[in-house]
Amino acid sequence: MTDRLHPSAVLAPAPDAVPEAAPAKMAVRDLDFWYGPKQVLKSISMEIQPNKVTAFIGPSGCGKSTLLRCLNRMNELIPEAHLEGEVLLDGQDIYGDADPVMVRRRIGMVFQKPNPFPKTIYQNVIWGAGVNGFKGDKDALVEKSLRQAALWDEVKDRLQENAYSLSGGQQQRLCIARTLAVEPDVVLMDEPASALDPIATAKLEETIIELKKRYTLIVVTHNMQQAARISDTTAFFYIGELIEMSQTDEMFTRPHHQRTEDYITGRFG
Amino acid sequence: MPPATPAVYSERLEHRRRFGVVMASLFFLATLLSLLVLVTLIVDVVVTGWSWLDADFLTSYPSRFAERAGIKSALVGSLWMIGLTALVAVPIGVASALYLEEYAARGWFFRLVQVNIANLAGVPSILYGMLGLALFVRFAGMGRSLLAGAFTMALLILPVIIISTQEALRALPQGLRESAFALGATRWQVIRSHLLPMAAPGILTGVILSLSRAIGETAPLIMIGALTFVAFLPQSVMDTFTVLPIQIFNWTARPQAEFHELAAAAIIVLLVLLMGMNLSAILLRNYFEKYRAQ
Repeated sequence: MTDRLHPSAVLAPAPDAVPEAAPAKMAVRDLDFWYGPKQVLKSISMEIQPNKVTAFIGPSGCGKSTLLRCLNRMNELIPEAHLEGEVLLDGQDIYGDADPVMVRRRIGMVFQKPNPFPKTIYQNVIWGAGVNGFKGDKDALVEKSLRQAALWDEVKDRLQENAYSLSGGQQQRLCIARTLAVEPDVVLMDEPASALDPIATAKLEETIIELKKRYTLIVVTHNMQQAARISDTTAFFYIGELIEMSQTDEMFTRPHHQRTEDYITGRFG
Repeated sequence: MPPATPAVYSERLEHRRRFGVVMASLFFLATLLSLLVLVTLIVDVVVTGWSWLDADFLTSYPSRFAERAGIKSALVGSLWMIGLTALVAVPIGVASALYLEEYAARGWFFRLVQVNIANLAGVPSILYGMLGLALFVRFAGMGRSLLAGAFTMALLILPVIIISTQEALRALPQGLRESAFALGATRWQVIRSHLLPMAAPGILTGVILSLSRAIGETAPLIMIGALTFVAFLPQSVMDTFTVLPIQIFNWTARPQAEFHELAAAAIIVLLVLLMGMNLSAILLRNYFEKYRAQ
């Protein structure tokens, strides 16, 4: 990390709330998070608007991926993780008495590296629905999910082939289809394009923009141009704190904080 | 021409090269030595026992007349023993490994269990025999039965099965678990659909290798009182029994040379059985890996 920044400057006042449009889909209240003794997130509060793409940006180690993984309780799978504060989905706490299995069905996740199951394309899409007790028309669900992920036309004649026969970009869109098949409310994406080439990335970005009609999306990205292209709202993190969160076009034209400006203009990070 | 080496270096290239050749030769000799011992052993056994090896040898019961003696009861006893041992040890071993790797919290209890399992894998097999004698033969009242023997053998190989299953599970990518959990699956659903099938080659290899250890064990079975002369086949798991290593032990203890040759013939059968098991371990692993890579 850069040492041009004075440590005290990090303790900036909480950012202004994003202009209210609809009731927030998700909300984070005073979230603190530790891996063992190391505090990774410091009193994060934010609201996520429905049917929008929210981008999390910031330099490596700023906590953006950790926060994303707090939003569907994935961090619980790591021993020594400890969390305080609240995460709300439609006003309901997803921690406390909530069942993590239910939380993860409603808040899906797409990972950095395409990681399809070593099964057929069809089985990949239907598996999550199956374990959640889906009783409807499986073929229709597979087709709908693959269409939403803009993969249907490429794979409709080879649904019984192994998912590893697909290209990296196709695998990532298969992972999106797999996530959509359980009909989540929110889709979290952790640097979904970082393992893809520019053409596959462009296609993935189109898909993301298309998806916000039906879903609420939160995308972690290292790529600021990508955040500018796909997101409606952007949140900038630095060493475990939320520095600034505002409309994306505002953030990229008139950032409120010096550190945000330094980061998005490429002076560090 | 590469630039000349600065004067502060003493290259001694010739010396370094020679030393490298010496070390390589030493390593080769070490390999040769162990191979030579093994080949000598196998050649000696085959030369001694080959002439006794025929269909009659496999289908006759032991006898005090060498010409009529065979290994029928010992071979069948060994197969029973392996089957029963696997039936007891594999479910318990795999279940324990699943608990330790996928469920147990990483605390002092976990570390205690882990260290103890590793230690148990190194305990001399005769001690398992003593435990089996006290626990299964006497306390549980199983007598000197196949079942008591199988339970004892299962205890013996459990640590190895647990450890190899744990290693197979640990080798799976964390992303596989995460992506399944992220779809709203329960832990058991993740294990059943993804972890067990993916870990199957590793688990199978561990199981077969530990079973091939069990098939060659003599001491714990002698300890629990397996018979050395059995002229009948076991009809149920509560019957008394003998196994190949005990039959071999019995024959080598006799003074007559014919019986020593019979022992060599029985060793050939045992070796073939072992090689068959190891071969099937390799084939099964290759099969599953191909299936997985498709």
